[in-house]
Amino acid sequence: MNNIRIIARLDIKGPNLVKGIHLEGLRVLGKPEDFARYYYGHGADELFYQDVVASLYERNSLHEIISATAKKSFIPLTVGGGIRTIQDIRDVLRAGADKVAINTAAIRNPDFIKEASHKFGSSTIVVSIEAIKQPDGKYFAFVDNGREHTGVEVLSWAKKVEELGAGEIVITSVDNEGSGIGYDNQITAQIAELVSIPVIAHGGPGKLQHFHEVIEKGKADAIAVASVIHYDFIANRQSDMENRTEGNISYLKSGRTNFGKIQPSSIAEIKQHITQHHIACRP
Amino acid sequence: MTKKIAIIDYQLGNLFSVKQACEYLGHSATITTKPEDILASDYAILPGVGAFGDAMENLDKFGLTSAIHEFVKKGKPMMGVCLGLQLLLDSSDEFGSTKGLNILQGTVKKFPLQVIDGHSYKVPQIQWNTIQEPQPDKWGNTPLQCCKSGDFVYFVHSFYAEPTDNQYILSTTRYGNFEYCSSVLKDNVFATQFHPEKSGLYGVNIYKEWLSLFN
Repeated sequence: MNNIRIIARLDIKGPNLVKGIHLEGLRVLGKPEDFARYYYGHGADELFYQDVVASLYERNSLHEIISATAKKSFIPLTVGGGIRTIQDIRDVLRAGADKVAINTAAIRNPDFIKEASHKFGSSTIVVSIEAIKQPDGKYFAFVDNGREHTGVEVLSWAKKVEELGAGEIVITSVDNEGSGIGYDNQITAQIAELVSIPVIAHGGPGKLQHFHEVIEKGKADAIAVASVIHYDFIANRQSDMENRTEGNISYLKSGRTNFGKIQPSSIAEIKQHITQHHIACRP
Repeated sequence: MTKKIAIIDYQLGNLFSVKQACEYLGHSATITTKPEDILASDYAILPGVGAFGDAMENLDKFGLTSAIHEFVKKGKPMMGVCLGLQLLLDSSDEFGSTKGLNILQGTVKKFPLQVIDGHSYKVPQIQWNTIQEPQPDKWGNTPLQCCKSGDFVYFVHSFYAEPTDNQYILSTTRYGNFEYCSSVLKDNVFATQFHPEKSGLYGVNIYKEWLSLFN
């Protein structure tokens, strides 16, 4: 069996780490660099930054965050959000990213995947698929944080991006994202069995059992985790973050530790849990 | 003393993380496409991700192929990373057959697709995997002297190098049922299939060993 990668996923808006539900209703959690440094030092196998607004005027802060992180974290860093051109990829790599995640630009122009993977190598190009389950049971790909329907069916799209040269696929269940009800093991397994490139599951975990389920039932090669570890970081390291964050952090300062369906766990606890289920990972 | 390190830029892959690792260790590293910069350096690193054919084409285009040969011939320390290991061999099966730098005899091949007990081993291999010492004490006085068999490092690749002469294989790694060469050492040339600069401080330490051994 593979060593399953635990990827710390950080959604970024301007200078802040944010987290929403179903990719919406973003709350500010803190400085992404602080979280990233903590995860790097505490067992993360990779880091994944997603710029959730990706508007051009905020790009500078993203590049600063990438550079600051790359200087101190010697693990792979993937960056997604608003990457539309070969020059965008070059800029993000130059800032210190190792891989880029592409969604909208790939849907609009599938040949962009081909061009990018040819230019930078397949292993640099991750295609991000944001899936929403339709009433008839089929999954369709969305763009713009799950807001815009593309009419592209997810399974045929996954097969196509593999053929075009993508090195990995990250499948986000928009339905489950931020909810704590668990990953969508069904669509993850369908993609993982269809393609021969690694599949990263993203969206939905709220407790430890969800992590072994997405590997056993969802056949994921890697798992992206956000809320579960962010809330753990906040619960344990809140004092470090005072006065360092802009935006809406009143709920952080209120000392509220009830995170709804999400039970905070550290990366070490997640790894310990999956190891107990005979799943291999880097200790 | 600060050492002059040239990171060979042939317009493929992420060179910045390699530079970052060197700087973390207190050395200045220059990313360069110029043969004269490389020849004037104490150390040279050949990184790279991407396609073997494109890499060779770019190395030739920038006049780097002969600079690399000259650098190695002078006995200066050279380190390859990932594609930088594969390029050292004489040819690759990628897209037919492409000639390599021919510093190390052998070929580059693609991973077979393996399904074992219902689990499929994806290609590219992207994961932290372990390195093994091929025989006892092989790692003494090598850049892997800080490592022990079973330690984890980060891999991302679809192709692997198969040197003709086993004595140059410094470590092996298993993917599914498949065992392959994950690093090589031949005189002043050291190369890893994994990314030490992406393997935490553990990996950065491999650069440190390399820089201190060859001085």
